[in-house]
Amino acid sequence: MSKIWLITQREYLSRVLNKTFILTTLLTPLGFMIFFIVLGFIMNTGSDKVKNIVVADRTGILEGELKSRDNLVFTFSDSPLDQLFLKYEKQEVVGILELSSAPDTMQKKYNVQYYSDDQLGIDEIFSIEKAIGKKVRNFKLKAQNLDENIIASLDTEVTIEPKTIKKEKNITSLTTIVSSVIGGIVGYALFFIILLYGSQVMRSVMEEKINRIIEVLISSVKPFELMMGKVMGVGLVGLTQIGIWIILIPSLFFLGTLIFGIDLNAVPTMPASGAAEEVLNQQDKIIQVLAELKGLNWWKILPLTLIYFFLGYFAYSALFAAVGSAVGEDINEAQSLTMPIMLPLIFAVYIGFSAVQAPDSSLAVYASMTPLLSSIVMPVRLPFDPPVWQIIISLVSLIIFTIFLVWMAGRIYRVGILMYGKKASFKELGKWLFYKD
Amino acid sequence: MESVLSLQGIVKKYHNHIAVNNISFEVEKGTIFGLLGPNGAGKTSLIRIITRITAADEGTILINGEKLHGLHPEKIGYMPEERGLYKKMKVGEQLIYLAQLKGLPYREAKQKLTAWMKKFDILSWWDKKISDLSKGMQQKVQFIATVVHEPALIILDEPFSGLDPINANLIKDEIFALKEKGTSILFSTHRMEQVEEICEKIILVNKGHKILDGNVQEIKQSFKENLFSVKYQGILDVTAPQTTGYTIMENKNNTLMLKLDSDTSPNMLLKKLMENGLEILHFNEVLPSLNDIFIKQVEQNNE
Repeated sequence: MSKIWLITQREYLSRVLNKTFILTTLLTPLGFMIFFIVLGFIMNTGSDKVKNIVVADRTGILEGELKSRDNLVFTFSDSPLDQLFLKYEKQEVVGILELSSAPDTMQKKYNVQYYSDDQLGIDEIFSIEKAIGKKVRNFKLKAQNLDENIIASLDTEVTIEPKTIKKEKNITSLTTIVSSVIGGIVGYALFFIILLYGSQVMRSVMEEKINRIIEVLISSVKPFELMMGKVMGVGLVGLTQIGIWIILIPSLFFLGTLIFGIDLNAVPTMPASGAAEEVLNQQDKIIQVLAELKGLNWWKILPLTLIYFFLGYFAYSALFAAVGSAVGEDINEAQSLTMPIMLPLIFAVYIGFSAVQAPDSSLAVYASMTPLLSSIVMPVRLPFDPPVWQIIISLVSLIIFTIFLVWMAGRIYRVGILMYGKKASFKELGKWLFYKD
Repeated sequence: MESVLSLQGIVKKYHNHIAVNNISFEVEKGTIFGLLGPNGAGKTSLIRIITRITAADEGTILINGEKLHGLHPEKIGYMPEERGLYKKMKVGEQLIYLAQLKGLPYREAKQKLTAWMKKFDILSWWDKKISDLSKGMQQKVQFIATVVHEPALIILDEPFSGLDPINANLIKDEIFALKEKGTSILFSTHRMEQVEEICEKIILVNKGHKILDGNVQEIKQSFKENLFSVKYQGILDVTAPQTTGYTIMENKNNTLMLKLDSDTSPNMLLKKLMENGLEILHFNEVLPSLNDIFIKQVEQNNE
């Protein structure tokens, strides 16, 4: 046991103190931040060149006022078109917008002319259309003698409000959404981590085999101890890296917000021209989401997710170690042998995505109780509060299967690491399972 | 004499061939024992069984009289033929790690390693990466890793391959020094001149079988062919009657190579030669080299 700990220590320290590790761990969040800042920048800035447009409103519906993008400056003029064309030729304006006739109140379509040899940007066209649309709407309301409030009340926002019958938990319409998002993130993160660190275990095994230190090592420790120490050491590296990211990414976001004054949170869904009401609504929603997050049973979700992560990581990385021991120098050979490991992993993540939409579908339920798949699918379902018996079956089967897989991987590993020049096939690996020591 | 290592009837089968077939030998305390054989003879299989990397199918192994068990690897130092170290690890860290795996506590490991590295005059390499060292330098590091935990039995698989004469001598001296301190050494090789120089006892294996074993001098005696070399002055008259009782194999540069008939003793030969009017400057028995015995035996065995 103390030897497993020694090996774990070496695997951990030699990785964590490595320059590449330190750089990737620190630079990845920084890269994310730069990515979001650049994204925010791109989203926030369209064309920044000021464009003067003269508006010839023959109808009067604009009431001498038009507001769209910041870089578009509108001046109003009653002059006839040929005089305005002179202005265009003198390059005082980039174009002429003419509202020649008043809109027909019964027509949905309304045409406005824009005279210029240069085209406006698509964004600019949309925003002008939208601004004129608003004015036309007001015009129509007045013409028909309608009240804006009555019109607004015609649109109804329907929300299905779930109420529990027996469970004490307070479920709201947001619960499902929040659970889905949390489940989705957890599922994808688990997939990514298992794949990333599992393949690191494989590479590390290959390295020991290639540089031949393996024979010195296993004359001191049992192959199984070596394998377990390696799996644990790399796993701890993974936890360290994720831990650093969990702390670093939000603090960098916070810093980024402070320094650059860009509201990074607003990037994904920016209301084009948010009314004060809408903003209030959003703040309200954030508070509701936070309340929902608080309402989740974290005492159950967090430890269980960690347990599933460990079991899944152990099962998969032991398999990766077995493959690494079998191949040696040829990385191509490794690729074909890792296929059967990748398949359940990929299936699991896709089933996980479908479980987010339908957490109680029979596919999701059975997959979350099937070993190898369950280590990803069950954590996805956890925020949806699956029945306890399903969790128990899932955990017990996963534990048994993981022990079996680690044992099996150990059997392949102990033969594989000493086998040189033999092309490893599945048939060969199968034989190794039954070799005597 | 007490045996540090004792193998009794060891058999190791792989699915399509027998790698080790009923091999027994003893390595006594404070001796250097040669495990000889051509490539693929079963040497590595035997060593892997002793180091518990694999297990024998039949037979018993005793270390200091106890059946081989899980703690024994700590009493064994093994330097495999294919040397291997972590390329990116620093020399000191690596040696400490390997020593700890052999059961040494950190402090003791560091202290002993410092002493060894001073002895080899390589203490300044402590913080160097293995990948920055030459092959010969790596070999020294590997040797230290093998012996630092003061094992009762050291197994060296081709320890001199790839070493220049100076470093080879350095390692050889260390091997003798360890032997003097009572360490037993199992020395596996197919380089016979080294065996003659270093080993007291040997076992010769081929295709998993033992061909012969015993004391190096005794083996040479038992394979002797009554050959004598004589350096002389004067003119040898081959027609003289005294030339019976032996056959001249070679006569070059005033040195004769003679094969004695079985009823002729060395003294009789000397007398005859002197009566022939020769001045004898040098006279010695020529024993077969282990190399000759090795090749002959292996060839016979392969037939």
